[in-house]
Amino acid sequence: MTQSNRLSGGQIDRNTTVNFRFDNRNYTAHPGDTLASALLANDVRLIGRSFKYHRPRGLLTAGSEEPNGIVELRSGNRQEPNTRATTTEMFDGLEAQSQNRWPSLKFDALGVNDLFSNFLSAGFYYKTFMWPAAFWEKIYEPIIRRAAGLGSLSMEADPDEYDKGFRHCDLLIIGAGPSGLMAALTAGRAGADVILADEDFRFGGRLNSETFSVGDQSGSDWAAQAVAELSSMPNVRLMARTTVIGAFDHGIYGAVERTGDHVATLPAGKPRQILWRIYTKKTLLCAGSTERPIAFENNDRPGIMMASALRTYANRFAVTASQRVAIFTNNDDGHRTAADLHAKGVHICAVVDVREDAPVNYDYEVLSGAQVVNTKGRLGLTFVEVALPDGSTRTLECGALGVSGGWNPNVHLTCHQRGRPVWNDDLAAFVPGSNLPVGLTVAGAANGVMSTQGALQSGAEAAAAALELSVAQPVLPEAEDTPIAQKPFWYVEGCKRAWLDQQNDVTVKDVKLSYQEGFRSVEHLKRYTTLGMATDQGKTSNISALAIMAEVAGKSIPETGTTIFRPPYTPVPISTFAGRMKGQEFHPTRLTPSHYWAKEKGAVFVEVGNWLRAQWFPLPGELHWRESVDREVRQTRASVGVCDCTTLGKIDVQGADAADFLNRVYANGFTKLPVGKTRYGLMLREDGMVMDDGTAARLAEDHFVVTTTTANAVNVYRHMEFVRQCLFPDMDVQLISTTESWAQYAVAGPNSRKLLQKIVDPEFDISNDAFPFMGCGNITVCDGLRARLFRISFSGELAFEIAVPSRYGDALMRRLMTEGEEFEVVPYGTEALGVMRIEKGHAAGNELNGTTTALNLGLGKMVSKKKDGIGSTLSEREALVEPDVLRLVGIKPVSPEEKVTAGGHLMNTTGPVDAAHDQGYVTSAAYSPILNSNIGLGLLQDGANRMGEKMRLVSPLTDLTVEVEIVSAHFVDPEGERLRA
Amino acid sequence: MIINHPLLGPRDASEFTYLGDASLINRPDWQAEDAADAFYEYGYLRDNPAGEHQELWYHEAGDRSWLVVTRDTTTHEISKVELARDVARARGRSK
Amino acid sequence: MRYSGFRVIKEALTGHKGWKPVWRDPEPKAHYDIIVIGGGGHGLATAHYLSKVYGHRNVAVVEKGWIGGGNVGRNTTIVRSNYMLDGNEPFYEFSMKLWEGLEQDLNYNAMMSQRGILNLFHTDGQRDAYTRRGNAMILHGADAELLDADQVRKEHPYLNFDDARFPIKGGLAQRRGGTARHDAVAWGFARSADSHGVDIIQNCEVTGLRIENGKCLGVETSKGFIGANKVGCAVAGNSGRVMNMAGMRLPIESHVLQAFVSEGLKPVLPSVITYGAGHFYVSQSDKGGLVFGGDIDGYNTYAQRGNLPVVEDVCEGGVSLMPMIGRARLLRMWGGVMDMSMDGSPIIDRTPVEGLYFNGGWCYGGFKATPASGYCFAHLLAKDEPHSTATAYRFDRFRTGRMIDEKGVGNQPNLH
Repeated sequence: MTQSNRLSGGQIDRNTTVNFRFDNRNYTAHPGDTLASALLANDVRLIGRSFKYHRPRGLLTAGSEEPNGIVELRSGNRQEPNTRATTTEMFDGLEAQSQNRWPSLKFDALGVNDLFSNFLSAGFYYKTFMWPAAFWEKIYEPIIRRAAGLGSLSMEADPDEYDKGFRHCDLLIIGAGPSGLMAALTAGRAGADVILADEDFRFGGRLNSETFSVGDQSGSDWAAQAVAELSSMPNVRLMARTTVIGAFDHGIYGAVERTGDHVATLPAGKPRQILWRIYTKKTLLCAGSTERPIAFENNDRPGIMMASALRTYANRFAVTASQRVAIFTNNDDGHRTAADLHAKGVHICAVVDVREDAPVNYDYEVLSGAQVVNTKGRLGLTFVEVALPDGSTRTLECGALGVSGGWNPNVHLTCHQRGRPVWNDDLAAFVPGSNLPVGLTVAGAANGVMSTQGALQSGAEAAAAALELSVAQPVLPEAEDTPIAQKPFWYVEGCKRAWLDQQNDVTVKDVKLSYQEGFRSVEHLKRYTTLGMATDQGKTSNISALAIMAEVAGKSIPETGTTIFRPPYTPVPISTFAGRMKGQEFHPTRLTPSHYWAKEKGAVFVEVGNWLRAQWFPLPGELHWRESVDREVRQTRASVGVCDCTTLGKIDVQGADAADFLNRVYANGFTKLPVGKTRYGLMLREDGMVMDDGTAARLAEDHFVVTTTTANAVNVYRHMEFVRQCLFPDMDVQLISTTESWAQYAVAGPNSRKLLQKIVDPEFDISNDAFPFMGCGNITVCDGLRARLFRISFSGELAFEIAVPSRYGDALMRRLMTEGEEFEVVPYGTEALGVMRIEKGHAAGNELNGTTTALNLGLGKMVSKKKDGIGSTLSEREALVEPDVLRLVGIKPVSPEEKVTAGGHLMNTTGPVDAAHDQGYVTSAAYSPILNSNIGLGLLQDGANRMGEKMRLVSPLTDLTVEVEIVSAHFVDPEGERLRA
Repeated sequence: MIINHPLLGPRDASEFTYLGDASLINRPDWQAEDAADAFYEYGYLRDNPAGEHQELWYHEAGDRSWLVVTRDTTTHEISKVELARDVARARGRSK
Repeated sequence: MRYSGFRVIKEALTGHKGWKPVWRDPEPKAHYDIIVIGGGGHGLATAHYLSKVYGHRNVAVVEKGWIGGGNVGRNTTIVRSNYMLDGNEPFYEFSMKLWEGLEQDLNYNAMMSQRGILNLFHTDGQRDAYTRRGNAMILHGADAELLDADQVRKEHPYLNFDDARFPIKGGLAQRRGGTARHDAVAWGFARSADSHGVDIIQNCEVTGLRIENGKCLGVETSKGFIGANKVGCAVAGNSGRVMNMAGMRLPIESHVLQAFVSEGLKPVLPSVITYGAGHFYVSQSDKGGLVFGGDIDGYNTYAQRGNLPVVEDVCEGGVSLMPMIGRARLLRMWGGVMDMSMDGSPIIDRTPVEGLYFNGGWCYGGFKATPASGYCFAHLLAKDEPHSTATAYRFDRFRTGRMIDEKGVGNQPNLH
């Protein structure tokens, strides 16, 4: 294919030709092109289909405000729906497909919607599809859903990498047009740390699109020279291809840098995009302005574009949309397009200017006081019909029509913290209001300064003001200085269908209907008609629609309302926000010191918060997890087992007031705990619910070691710091988390002492007399390794927990296994741990569910009334101490082989099974290999007084009904003889 | 957001964990006549102002200080940051 | 004016000239029997049921901005009744039943779509809790289904089963759950209430409550004083501000919840899905956008906007759970201010001020409650006693210890 619409000049690399494909046809382009300019160069005007009516659509703009020219870029698992052709940088091998059409772009079956558009007016769906009710999900909705949507996902995982980063500066300048560049020069020369970011791959903004000179250079040359100077400054960072997407609190800006979207294949290890958080003291918004359209009949045909876009394509990309171009304008800017295109040899059919006093031109025809009233061309513009002031009409044959309705400042980021733009009558546009994000100021066209000279000056002044520079004003180059006079002209009267939001197919009529039906606030208008909700966020449509609403309402535009904008400025891939935190890296993985030992042993691991813990240790020949778990339980209760409990939270509490402090934190008393003893501690939240349970071991008068459950390690530490710093600030006590400093192992079972005696150094006596139940102490093991020993038991067996510095955890585990061979020691995992604690009736996570009190758990007596413990006052509220409150019970099926389901509910053996007769629920369940029965723990109304009662355990969700007996929660060794042995 | 830690300087708010109104420092006397009511109000009722709000933040990923941050709930602007311990002492809390 | 397919065709053929305003735009009268403060979903639903079910037509809804502009217009549109506790489940199941007949009741298509909701679980503990919850739902007459990992995979093969940090072990499904078109819900209630004589007064900000001798006599507004026998406050998000006018402190904090929508995509998600190991829930709208959200930002705020860390957190969860959405683009983010209550459950109750009633504390679950909240508040306003499904939603439950705490996190609102 030849690039038949290519012009002379431009900022493209003509020496290199690249190939690309669109809808499976091959084309050529040059580096420096966008996909949009390349398509135009190849005379492709039809690019997509609209959302609702599937109307043929081409490019409207040359920038990120594009509503129509959106495609599916790339293929396979890199397919990227809804990608703007106008911002897609050309590379060799680029592939794109049109979207939202079937079977083809030229013939789209759903184009039939357009014929019925009269029936599909704004909000029609709210008024119908209601009968019969069941048809919505089955018939109406699936049809609507298939027709709607735009591009499609590959349904495969995104294979690319993304990254995040943080940057800091004195001044962030958003936009590198004339004002942004001048601001950066001013700030950079003054030595400030500056970041200059622009969404484009080429700095310069409109300077690259215009033929104006700046000083004695072309605008683009001046921009290139400014960039060269800025690049040489070590205090200035230039970020091209970087969109500042949002203004967040306290001077934090989100920015997305597209590091890999302009290449065919990412270099290995390089991210596709980077999400930057930029921390800045001051921000200067130099985002320029966006040309706005005029609405008229059939103004959406491929080839009808913004006049400024035609100029950009001609001057920057050396491309014209057609060899025959007409212009429709209400201001002088439209004439610039005509002049520039004419100068490049494009035939200007006419400039249609709604003003009676339009400027005269001798190179081409200017139709003053005229309006475009209709257009023709099914898949692309062929004719434009013009109404002349004398009432006659003229038909212009042309392939492109440039439309200019004036310019709107890009105020988007000024609204991100709920700031509202204000209407400026002189410009007939919204300009930034007064309530901007703190530290942000606006310069150039974004602030309503609509000339190049003004932009340069405004940028320089604003940068100096933001940084409080007292330097003399820089000498500014001479530049174009003719501010645009804008008289509002929003739409041509009397048209049947004139598009405002081209992507979502919202017309002038829809706005009027919205008003007629009472949807008169701007927000109602947007929500009722879907105006501005498309991928372009209404950048080219919102203001015109608002103006039309104002006209219909007979109000001024500011009386009618304002539209504000929300982040992100342009859409951002979800992957970019996720960065590296996905897949296995979604959360950090915490491994205990003996993790690799467990892995060698073939352990099956389970996620416990961020930890991985061994769940069980299957032996060869064990086919079902229950076989392994049953063996681990039996062997531990019969001889000895070792379990890694490093993940328990460990908090060192030291200071003269340590005991008093724990006395406040725990519901039970701690002041009288002697040195060398451990106590079970029950911690309440201030609302009286159990927060956590654990132990506190007194290693010295002023030194305790507190353990918490794995799940609550962080919360408990935070809570204890709260109590220490906020409630009792003068207590002499210090806290430090030592969870990761100590590897800790439970050694449980009748032979646990014998096993430990083999490794505990001989000077430490751990006999029952010297080291009784709940004893604790600093010891050494294995010939001098310091360790802590606690005689505590979660399993109900004679048991110890032994802690060594983390780096010795792996070695200790191996040693225990070797020394324990004579006892046939087993390692046991969290499943066996869970079985044994259920057998013993210990509450754990499923019981400590945040809604249980000490009384519920059978621990009511632990809550001391004689001291100021957190939570004790509110634990006595009336509903929490009623006689029939839930109490922890054991649950045993009448037939031992019957299943007990955690989450099942408890009912009387006869009578209805419904919520009104629900008396409690099963919290935990397990198979006990000791009792040869399924067992469970549960919370039952007045459960403490219902021992021996038969009940029905029902779980309709899992289709289960079992007759059970209510028993003590202590299934094994209720008297505690074993653990004191 | 950025919290200007009195000891460490400006830190990103994501290093902190939020608790709530700094009235949580004013824990009632457990032995007072009206302790039940006082704890109920302390535990459950909030001014929840639209405007200046004194609130507790915990520097969880930092030095573990509890801070009292004075922040406007309509603009998020922070006017003051103090160590909660100092505030607690100033409010008469001790041991 | 009755809406129907026939009517749409007729209007299309006659230039759409016959459509009338969906609601009138009346000036306030001097006095009403009942004033509802707040033209959001709950306030408008209250007016609908007051007028249609309880026969109260001398009713006004006063709204400071435009109706439907609060959380009913800025949520993730999820409808479900998958609650666990006795205080909640009957109410939400009542709401579900109202949803199921809503469009016919309102003669307005709110696009209630029962596409199902699936709550995934990733640990045994979560499975046990969901089992308890699913059983409670069934015992209360709702529907629930427990799926194992294979069943989840069969229905949702695009989820991350092969490279997951927290593997999916199963899910609790409620097939009757789904989504509704949030704005249309507000408009449908408004249209119906208006047609029954209710005055919907927009741009009318309540600036004070006139209270004399412990009795509420009406509201001071930007359009002057409006008298009323009873005043109901339904302004969740701003409850603290309004009830402060009556000198009340509430068991509520205001927090912001952000929500997100992607660009339009051809259908990819058949139902609502919530991630059990991260802060992420998602559905796909009829227009094709992925509508998703996560956790609240976590600090007290009345500003309708949030910050980047939560945006990132939500997207991390999203890409981890369903890696195929990575290349879809996030189009728009917004924030809604929530009444975060002290136990995560709402309040529909009288207040110590005679004639002043309160409806709030919906946390971020208010949308699905809209019909039942309106119904029960209307019942309370009309009969001065709680509706049978809302008896637990009392102010004094915190004093007596009868909290309704589904999550079990206690009196810290930002954790609910």
